[in-house]
Amino acid sequence: MSKPQFVYVTYIETTPEKLWEALTSSDFTRQYWFGAEVRSDWKIGSPFALTLDGEVTDAGEILEADPPRRLAYSFKHLKYEELRGEPISRVVFTIEPFGSLVRLTVLHDGFVAGGKYLGAVSNGWPAILSGLKSLLERGQVLAIPRTALNKGFDAK
Amino acid sequence: MNLDQFKPLTVYTIYIASTPEKVWEALTSAEFSKQYFFGNAVEVEPRLGGAFILRTPDGAVHISGEVLACDPPHKLAVTFNVNWPELIEKLGPTLVTYDIEQVGDAVRLTMSEGHDRPLSDDILSGGRSGWPAILSSLKSLLETGKPLVVKMGPPQRMLDALKTMGIKTP
Repeated sequence: MSKPQFVYVTYIETTPEKLWEALTSSDFTRQYWFGAEVRSDWKIGSPFALTLDGEVTDAGEILEADPPRRLAYSFKHLKYEELRGEPISRVVFTIEPFGSLVRLTVLHDGFVAGGKYLGAVSNGWPAILSGLKSLLERGQVLAIPRTALNKGFDAK
Repeated sequence: MNLDQFKPLTVYTIYIASTPEKVWEALTSAEFSKQYFFGNAVEVEPRLGGAFILRTPDGAVHISGEVLACDPPHKLAVTFNVNWPELIEKLGPTLVTYDIEQVGDAVRLTMSEGHDRPLSDDILSGGRSGWPAILSSLKSLLETGKPLVVKMGPPQRMLDALKTMGIKTP
């Protein structure tokens, strides 16, 4: 059996620098991450938080920061009761120049087998990263309702 | 050949600012597919039992199969067999399913690559590296009118694994 993890690869017509900015700037994340804002000074060991409407929904610590190539933070969900008991997970963003494009690989791991969190994350990332790609390539995000994220995990 | 014998081993979901009809057309038309599928042309008879073919830019049949589910513009499932000697005997048939759903003002496209037996990550690495590039380019094409220029080498890890199994590759 493979270990429980989520991997997503997408190719974007942009530069590594712009992609780094899109991953680390609240002005960007608010647009494609369904209103969520990232908070950190992006230094290794510094706190990381994801906020939605002023409430911290996920929190962790910067594990790796090598702009504009690699970013990793720990990720602990705080909002939904059903997910709060799950262990601290890890998100790793790898940004690679690929000809005239950039390849972005998102690895999210550290889940318990059979937990609900992996399902939630697996539904969320494709929607978030599809919006990010649209934003960078055409200056506009996708009009997807937030409920689209809840397929497989019935978050109210 | 029926759908129940396949289990999805690779799944990729992407959201596209488009309509289900346009996504369906992009997935089933040779003109569209040449732009985002590494230059390959899709030819499909959109009915149950219809033929599915993927032609390389030189016109050779690279992949062939049969339509096992067809519900335009929501679902298409085709067997997707690479025409290399002994490949299907040793790895079994491959099923590719596209599910197309309207979500808000966008389309959720889910591609599943199914197999009738467990396969190693090495064998599956070919599809796992190819699909994200193909579908990223399809999204760009539908949203911006321009596909991505993806210059990707051959899937070496998969080719090595096939060779180890005694499957001849070009």
